Amino acid sequence: MRKHLNVIAAYSIMLGLIILVGIFQSWNVALSIFNMCLISAVMTMGANVQWGYAGLINFGLMGYAALGGLAAVLISVDPVQEAWAVGGFNIIICLWLIVAMIFTIRFVLKNFKKSKIRTYGIAAIIIAGIVIIRITSGPSIEAIEAVNPATTGFLGGLGLPIIFSWIVGGFFAAGLAFIVGKVALGLRADYLAIATLLISEIVIAIIKHEDWLARGVKNVIGLNRPVPYEVNLQTTEWFINLVAKLNSGKLNFISNVNDKQAALNQMVIEGSSVFVKLCYSGLFLVVVIILLIITQKALYSPWGRMMRAIRDNEEAANAMGKNVVKQHLLIFILGSAIVGIAGAMLVTQDGLFTPGSYRPMRYTFLIWVMVIVGGSGNNFGAILGGFAVWFLWIEAAPIALLLINLFTAGLPETHELKIHLVESVPYFRYLMMGMGLLLIMRYRPKGILPEKIEIK
Amino acid sequence: MDFLNAIILLLNYIFVPALTYGSQLALGAIFVTLIYGILRFANFATGDMMAFGTMVTILITWYFQSLGISLGVLPTALLAIPFAIIFMIGYMLFIDQFVFRYYRVNKSPPVQLAMVSIGVMFVTQAVVRIIIGPSDRRFFDGEKFIIKAGEFKEMTGLNEGLAIKSSQVLTIFVTLLLVSILFWFLNKTKTGKSMRAYSDNEDLALLSGIDPKRVVMITWIIAGILATIGGALYGLDKSFKPFTYFNNMLPIFAAAIVGGIGNPFGAFLGGYVIAFSEILLTYAYKKFFMYILPESMEPETLVQLLSTDYKFAVSFSILVIVLLYRPNGIFKGKVL
Repeated sequence: MRKHLNVIAAYSIMLGLIILVGIFQSWNVALSIFNMCLISAVMTMGANVQWGYAGLINFGLMGYAALGGLAAVLISVDPVQEAWAVGGFNIIICLWLIVAMIFTIRFVLKNFKKSKIRTYGIAAIIIAGIVIIRITSGPSIEAIEAVNPATTGFLGGLGLPIIFSWIVGGFFAAGLAFIVGKVALGLRADYLAIATLLISEIVIAIIKHEDWLARGVKNVIGLNRPVPYEVNLQTTEWFINLVAKLNSGKLNFISNVNDKQAALNQMVIEGSSVFVKLCYSGLFLVVVIILLIITQKALYSPWGRMMRAIRDNEEAANAMGKNVVKQHLLIFILGSAIVGIAGAMLVTQDGLFTPGSYRPMRYTFLIWVMVIVGGSGNNFGAILGGFAVWFLWIEAAPIALLLINLFTAGLPETHELKIHLVESVPYFRYLMMGMGLLLIMRYRPKGILPEKIEIK
Repeated sequence: MDFLNAIILLLNYIFVPALTYGSQLALGAIFVTLIYGILRFANFATGDMMAFGTMVTILITWYFQSLGISLGVLPTALLAIPFAIIFMIGYMLFIDQFVFRYYRVNKSPPVQLAMVSIGVMFVTQAVVRIIIGPSDRRFFDGEKFIIKAGEFKEMTGLNEGLAIKSSQVLTIFVTLLLVSILFWFLNKTKTGKSMRAYSDNEDLALLSGIDPKRVVMITWIIAGILATIGGALYGLDKSFKPFTYFNNMLPIFAAAIVGGIGNPFGAFLGGYVIAFSEILLTYAYKKFFMYILPESMEPETLVQLLSTDYKFAVSFSILVIVLLYRPNGIFKGKVL
């Protein structure tokens, strides 16, 4: 118990803060912060698996999160029959062409010796393949995008419950991570960072501009939910009764029947959105807990020990007969898959997929700040980082406003400086993140909850 | 005649814009490569430092404009740049003193320094947005065009016009001047040589009596100059928007690595490699072929290899290919 005192203390402070938001702002805000904290926690766990366990630096988190989101669209949206009729066949042929291209390249790589001719041959295969694919896909892509472009204009998905996309999103991200890992993992740390960052930008560019896949920047909205809709809840008998029962104390004070009904309606409306958010929290908590159990088990298993050995001294681990390249690839895939799950969860919660919103600041660097601040190598630390940083990210604006008003209290309301500062309040969150990261890196380089390995 | 038209077309839409864009990237890439070569970390704050330098330039330009000072046909910003550089050098040295020095003295691994630079990136970005706001700003004044498309058509009697903006000529001219001075400095002066020695082999350089503090200081001073001028030129040619500057960090990194990171000359050429390939691969060649091919063979499609949406993706793909096949870059930089 004593050993874990700091963990318990840190988490109770964090929960206390969220509860304070609930009391002073509203429970709606508090729960939406809590849900986003949970999603961020899943992302940080993914990054922590890569960075904390194995020392791999992955600045491509954005790309994996976006692929998870794409999975949510491809799983949950109903298939657009018309689009499949006009262009589906050609698209499937193109997929087969890509597969054939990959196998041809593998065949060439296996059966010919390394030479200049082979390199040129492979380049020729790739160029020819791209040309053929463009010729076959071009007209059908146009046809698909022409199908009712205001609402569909894409192939649609499978029409399954969106929950499945969490798993599929993980697999999508794992697939991408396999390719990226094969390509880039041999690079030195900071090159790996740059390469993964740029590859994730390529992924985003493709998702943004291939409209037949997921409508691109036209966004997909109104995804199916795994939880009830507020509108339906507000007319459901048991829910209204529940709200009335929970608030019976308050309601009894109102004597007028009409007023009572109005107050109850208001409570039902508020209660329904809180209830929906609670449902999401429950779902996300299950994911976080499952992942936490798995990652904790992995950390203290022989495999986790091996990963730490590889992280701390690659050459020594190699000399002990551990396959460093293979393990790096494995952990890169695992970590990315977790980020993919988080990406799918995020889109599930928002109910919409907006490729334009994937920016490295928000989906790569912020997550990294979370990992570093929380404590890399320690799962509890990483989750705490996700909570603390996201909380600060949301609450930075009110805090900054408070501080500005405090420091410019002597100035009149119409003073230019004051107006300017108040207008630029949203950007103070970047300042706080940056200062936080710099201070933590300087004075507590291992994070709030540092890595602690118990030798049993 | 058709042939001439085709050439003018390419000059107008590919060569001049690519040369300008390449120059802007080249300055940034040299900045990245110098920091990497001498301080040994990947500086993720590059784009935002350039934005900061540009912001200072804009503020001073506004001040001059309010005083009524101008350079006539040339943009007032040129007058503001020297002052901005002085400010920027101060900023760079301040950051180094309070942030980077600690990790350098402790001999932290490069990854940690890169992480710290992300902290600097956040802070710089915040400061820029708080001071000047996130919106688009144009601060170009003076004569806009050297040759207008219409005038050119009249002058030569061709169908295709060639428009050259004065900001483009200015960018190319200033870049070439600055880069030549920089290479002269690195190759001919004693300080420059000591910097190269320090970059090649730190221990040997220390043994031969090179003062590391001085080398680091001069690196930051050059970085300040490059960041301000590179950023201001980009802002003059296009416009100033903090978010664009942050995004430009990516092609700049690509240029530095393609050219061979740690090698300033490679970075310089890398900028042009990236710029030309981005524009060459995303240009629609239909009109070009209409001029040079007989009518019967005219293409029906746009003859565009990739849609312009993939402009950035092109440079990143080049980078990935280079990393795979020539990890040292085309012009051999530091060994990875």
